[in-house]
Amino acid sequence: MGVDSFVIKQISVFSENKPGRLAAIAKALQEEKINILAFSIAEADGFGVVRALVDKPQRAHEKLGKMGFNVAFTDVIAVQMKDEPGGLYEIAKILGQGGINIEYAYAYSGKGGAVLILRVDNTEAAIAAIQKGGAKLLESSLFQ
Amino acid sequence: MFWNEKVETLPEKDLQSLQLRRLKKTLSQVENVEFYRKKLKNAGIRPRDVRTLDDLSKLPFTRKQDLRDGYPFGFFAVPLRKVVRIHTTSGTTGKPTVVGYTKKDLRTWADLIARNMTMVGLTDRDIFQNMVNYGMFTGGLGFHYGAELIGMTVIPSATGNTRRQIEMIRDFGVTAIHCTPSYALHLAEVAEEVDTHLDSLTTGLFGAEPWSEPMRKELERKLGVTAYDSYGLSELYGPGVAFECPERDGLHIWHDCYLVEIIDPVTGEVLGEGERGELVVTPLVKEAMPLIRYRTGDITMLYEDDCPCGRAKKIARIMGRSDDMLVIRGINVFPSQIEHVLLGIPEVGNQFMVYVDRVNHLDEMTIDVEINRNFFSGELQDLARIQKKVAKELRDALDLRTTVRLVEPGSLPRFEGKAKRVIDRRGDTL
Repeated sequence: MGVDSFVIKQISVFSENKPGRLAAIAKALQEEKINILAFSIAEADGFGVVRALVDKPQRAHEKLGKMGFNVAFTDVIAVQMKDEPGGLYEIAKILGQGGINIEYAYAYSGKGGAVLILRVDNTEAAIAAIQKGGAKLLESSLFQ
Repeated sequence: MFWNEKVETLPEKDLQSLQLRRLKKTLSQVENVEFYRKKLKNAGIRPRDVRTLDDLSKLPFTRKQDLRDGYPFGFFAVPLRKVVRIHTTSGTTGKPTVVGYTKKDLRTWADLIARNMTMVGLTDRDIFQNMVNYGMFTGGLGFHYGAELIGMTVIPSATGNTRRQIEMIRDFGVTAIHCTPSYALHLAEVAEEVDTHLDSLTTGLFGAEPWSEPMRKELERKLGVTAYDSYGLSELYGPGVAFECPERDGLHIWHDCYLVEIIDPVTGEVLGEGERGELVVTPLVKEAMPLIRYRTGDITMLYEDDCPCGRAKKIARIMGRSDDMLVIRGINVFPSQIEHVLLGIPEVGNQFMVYVDRVNHLDEMTIDVEINRNFFSGELQDLARIQKKVAKELRDALDLRTTVRLVEPGSLPRFEGKAKRVIDRRGDTL
């Protein structure tokens, strides 16, 4: 399995920190029938970045771009976690031992188990480390 | 090229003695104006107290409002029969300002225009279309007589009917034009529409409103001209006070005719070379309407360096109006300085808004600036870095800590006419 198949395109949207911005983004995705699989908001001084994994990233990029939003793609990876105590530790330990730095992460847990989405400083090295460590990476085709 | 090389390149010492002689004469002329008689008397100054050029700073300023108060002929220093022409400046509020000229004034003025046009290489071989108002506005007749004095072929086309203007440029083989920079852009667009190439044009003289370096590039590309900045104001005859030479790095102001000071617009203190402030001019050769320390309201500075062309000290292109100046925690800030900083940072756009508030008795300045679409990586930390960079460069340029807010591209207001980029809310909290 090639490394590329594990690289997932996250959409990152620049947004001023003011009421209604998230609603505008969400409405646009609804109009395009784009499903949001996971998302988070990172906030800095007066502005933020909305990060989302969606089923149709290209279409989301085009739609939001047309609306005037500043959108970029960011490469992330998704790792299956055990939905039980120690599940996160297992993954974090692998990355720590592999010398991989996590820039940010967010997670969800549902029927299919828990998933950790990671933005790391070196995506290829992280994929190799996780595979070597015996954890399960989710292929991007599962999402997109 | 020089129109009058001797005067234009006068050694500094000779220039200063000429200036002093002319300043003394001007002081005796203003004795004929009641406003100045009173003003000088109240200040306890007799004309003979001015012995050196440094004594100039003891004299009171003249403001635009003073001229308005003197409407119509209160500032004429000669009898009306000696005045051969009158111009007025548009009065947006209240009465217009009236300026008068003697025969000698008109000759001096035309001579100054001839200096400027010769400086940028125009000669009697050029065909010159003067596309500005020929009525009360000084730009029309001012350039007209200067160009004729050189012997140029002058087309007094005035304003309006752009298609006819384009036709004349093409049919007459016009080489040089004079108009406002915004009209020049319009002209270029219409020429494009009617699919006419203005190949004969080589020189564009643009003035009467401030314009930027990017606009210069645009004008030069679209019209195929070399563009020169022209500065003047009716109170100092009209256009022709200062002009760019082929170096196009600052404007030569004619020091034999205009005594230049740069002052702090708030304190009135005279500033040194390289310091930004309000241009104050004492004209030295005006007969009908001599003035003392006239406050132009225009913000510029005197260059420290000499110009390779051999003429005397230059002033910077006009950076704004003193009316636009903000005082933030005692520091003078011009919106144009902010614009200048932003122009140098590719990660952000050139549009901005400034908000001034008073928080705990301290002035706080907040600047909204758009992130440049092409520089958004998707990473928060990159945005934070851009924000810090803008704040740092503003602090270096303004000597002031500001709050910088990054906003979405295209979200700030765009202005078609006069931009209103500053919202001062300090009064709201008092």
